[in-house]
Amino acid sequence: MSFDYDKYIRPGKLPHIWCPGCGHGIVMKGLIRAIDACGLKKEETAIVSGIGCASRLPGYMDCCTLHTAHGRAAAFATGVKMARPEMNVILVGGDGDGTAIGGNHFIHACRRNINMTYIILNNKIYGMTGGQFSPATPTGAKASTTPYGNPDPAFDIAKLAIGAGATFVARGTAFHANQIDKLITEAIQHKGFSVVEILDDCPTTYGRRNKFKSVVEMMNHLKDIAVPVKAAEKMSPEQLQGKVLTGVLHKEEKPEYTEQYAQVIERAQAAK
Amino acid sequence: MEKKLPTIEIIEKYCKGCHICVEFCPTKVLEMKGFVASVKNLEACIKCMQCELRCPDFAIKVTP
Repeated sequence: MSFDYDKYIRPGKLPHIWCPGCGHGIVMKGLIRAIDACGLKKEETAIVSGIGCASRLPGYMDCCTLHTAHGRAAAFATGVKMARPEMNVILVGGDGDGTAIGGNHFIHACRRNINMTYIILNNKIYGMTGGQFSPATPTGAKASTTPYGNPDPAFDIAKLAIGAGATFVARGTAFHANQIDKLITEAIQHKGFSVVEILDDCPTTYGRRNKFKSVVEMMNHLKDIAVPVKAAEKMSPEQLQGKVLTGVLHKEEKPEYTEQYAQVIERAQAAK
Repeated sequence: MEKKLPTIEIIEKYCKGCHICVEFCPTKVLEMKGFVASVKNLEACIKCMQCELRCPDFAIKVTP
């Protein structure tokens, strides 16, 4: 039986606004399947986003949704989780929203290890505002603001999250659609701050400037660069040149923030 | 025994013509008809559901 996505989508919201071939729709389907697999109730699930193409996603979802200021998804979501710790909080955002404008909120949410899931749709560019380069744009790639090639090295978002203290970090691609829901399911079930980076395609503002002739070529590129973590163990550093690891990259157990904070409240009340 | 054919529903209103389903179908069941995808060869369908899974526009529903 085909999966019924309609029960999680706000009536009358489709077709969505994303460009033809944009992988955000594929990730949204993965998120819906993951929410269904985890058995989350719509009224107990908050989906929070900032600004950008990826941040349009909550608008289509028939859950509790919050569309906030640019880069501030983590800040607003922390508020939701602190006020209502029983809510399942999922953040969705792009690479620019998450690691440039919201970079500070992102690393501190990672550090606190608050029980939320952050899905970063990394399409390597600011799509909505006209294709400016983002912190995830690879060196040498062309964007509307770097017409002669980007001189900056790119962020490795997964490594950034691990370094900042996130306790679950995974990476997938829009091409490996089967894997997306499994990674997000594991991230939602993990207790602590989970980051799932999904490498995505932006045919309109990135592909067009960087010699990708079609959406299919961009998807095949994602297929070519992705190497599962287990397969990478048997590969030499030369073979891994230009490749990106996919799968669960990091998992550990650490005290969770809302529980720690509840203990602070208990201690404060006992001290009265 | 005759093979039971699946039904592939394509919601033309949602399809944006990105070619993903046509290119990644392992048995070349789908084709582009103008700007939207359409079913060309239903007999070849192996019900792998890849088209439904990969469609970014929620436009394909496969019932095996």
